[in-house]
Amino acid sequence: MSSHEIRFSGFGGQGIIRCALITGKALSLYDDKFATMTQAFGPEARGSACSAQLVVSDEKVLYPYITAPGVLMALSQEAYDKFSGGVTEGGTIIVEADLVKVKDELPGRTTWRVPATRFAEELGNRMFTNLVALGFFSAVTGVVSGEAMKKALPGLVPDRFLKINLKAFERGYEHGREALAGATK
Amino acid sequence: MTYVTADPKGVDAGPHFLDGDHALAEGALAAGCRFFAGYPITPSTETAERFAERAPEVGALFIQMEDELASIAALVGAAWGGQKVMTVTSGPGFSLMMENIGLAVMTETPMVIANVQRGGPSTGLPTLTAQQDMMQVRFGSHGDYNIIALSPDSPQECFDLAVEAFNLSEFYRVPVFIMTDETVGHMHEKVVIPPADQIQVVERNNYSGPKEDCRPYNFNRQGGNPMVRAGDGYRFHITGLTHNEKGYPAMTPEQNVKVLTHLMEKIDGNAEHIIRLEESEVEDADVVVMSYGITSRIAIRAVQDARKLGLKVGALRLITVWPFCEKRVRELAPRVKAMIMVEINYGQMVRELERVVAGRCKVVSVNHCGGAVHDPQVILEAIKEAAQ
Repeated sequence: MSSHEIRFSGFGGQGIIRCALITGKALSLYDDKFATMTQAFGPEARGSACSAQLVVSDEKVLYPYITAPGVLMALSQEAYDKFSGGVTEGGTIIVEADLVKVKDELPGRTTWRVPATRFAEELGNRMFTNLVALGFFSAVTGVVSGEAMKKALPGLVPDRFLKINLKAFERGYEHGREALAGATK
Repeated sequence: MTYVTADPKGVDAGPHFLDGDHALAEGALAAGCRFFAGYPITPSTETAERFAERAPEVGALFIQMEDELASIAALVGAAWGGQKVMTVTSGPGFSLMMENIGLAVMTETPMVIANVQRGGPSTGLPTLTAQQDMMQVRFGSHGDYNIIALSPDSPQECFDLAVEAFNLSEFYRVPVFIMTDETVGHMHEKVVIPPADQIQVVERNNYSGPKEDCRPYNFNRQGGNPMVRAGDGYRFHITGLTHNEKGYPAMTPEQNVKVLTHLMEKIDGNAEHIIRLEESEVEDADVVVMSYGITSRIAIRAVQDARKLGLKVGALRLITVWPFCEKRVRELAPRVKAMIMVEINYGQMVRELERVVAGRCKVVSVNHCGGAVHDPQVILEAIKEAAQ
């Protein structure tokens, strides 16, 4: 049985919960996995560090919360500072390149930087930052297929922004593929 | 019970990625619920939101009431007007509902009430999980009475049990409670809603015979008795007072025996038809771990870990919490060393377990106060100790 624990984090309003919803839907509806998504729900989710968690497995998920996340996506400094220490040995950390300063990379974990805000601004609006980051995330982690993610978008982003969100996702995905190729060279 | 297939209007068939609260609303709509009156409270509000959002397209009515007392009063009225009805709440709202829940029980009014439990007492822990209202659901209103309570362990089961809750409620003419919790309520998972022709529902059974034979009540200790719909032209009466078969007050000790025995026995006497349990490897077990709702997922993980250690342990999940599975416990108690009740409260259902076990095996309570699910390790340690 293979299982993954993933934490998406940032500040309220960045679309963090949305990232987990899209990934969870993609995995459980289109990638034939079991996925359980929980989210920070209390006052801590309103404005400060916000986080959403996914437990992914080939079998029914019993314990619904993450205990040892292997993947962290951090779109804010506060989120990175709060959650990066919890990532397991061998794990993957993805940060927003311009919003998060990583002083010393954690040993034994791979840290990726994605200029998601810049790419989103190039596409016309920084609202799409989360989708760029999500594209990058699916390319470098391989936890979820890009196809499943794209299928999951309708219904989870407003219809009139579907195309541009897809574009944002693809931009991040391509960048992730390139980064991965660069890293393995 | 006679079933028909669901009205496709309320069925949003297909696979979804939903939280438990939303799945409750979808289950209610699929079951034919077309009236929702409620007052918002964390962590149950998403059910109300979903129902309100879907109501116009389904042809249902959603009312935000002034409070929880009024919510149940509205449900009683709408149910006698012919609708299938529901509300949702959490601890503090549940306390306010208690008076009119008694009225619904006494008037034998079908309704479904979901309690998405949070930590208490009082306003307690609004955003954090608990299972602390398990005794309140059974005994919270005054007087002797009986109800049915179900406890889902996942968003999928929120959908499935919402349908079942309506079916039981319609047949037994009793409030049926869905005792879920913040974790299941807010947790997103895959929920498959079957097509309407694969969803079995119990329709409202309305009397349609001659006026002189019209009786809104039949104290025969069974389910399946017809209701009378207000506005259909029959003369009848609905009251919280002890009443006769026409519904008019009949306040004698003799009548109270008739009414009360019926209210108790239509549930207890049919417990074996009502109760649903999920068991795994209980047959040869030395220790049986009993749990319900979200806790059962954690408990089952601990049971699996215990089996890996070679312990003979089985899991018994209460899908139906009330009526309590007395018969099954009486069968198991003499054959096992211990039965463990795991729950997120200070020890509630374990009292029922102790009562039924009556000393025939050891009973262990793995309780903990609200706010979080159990650590599976704590359950595992309890299993190890009980197995010795």
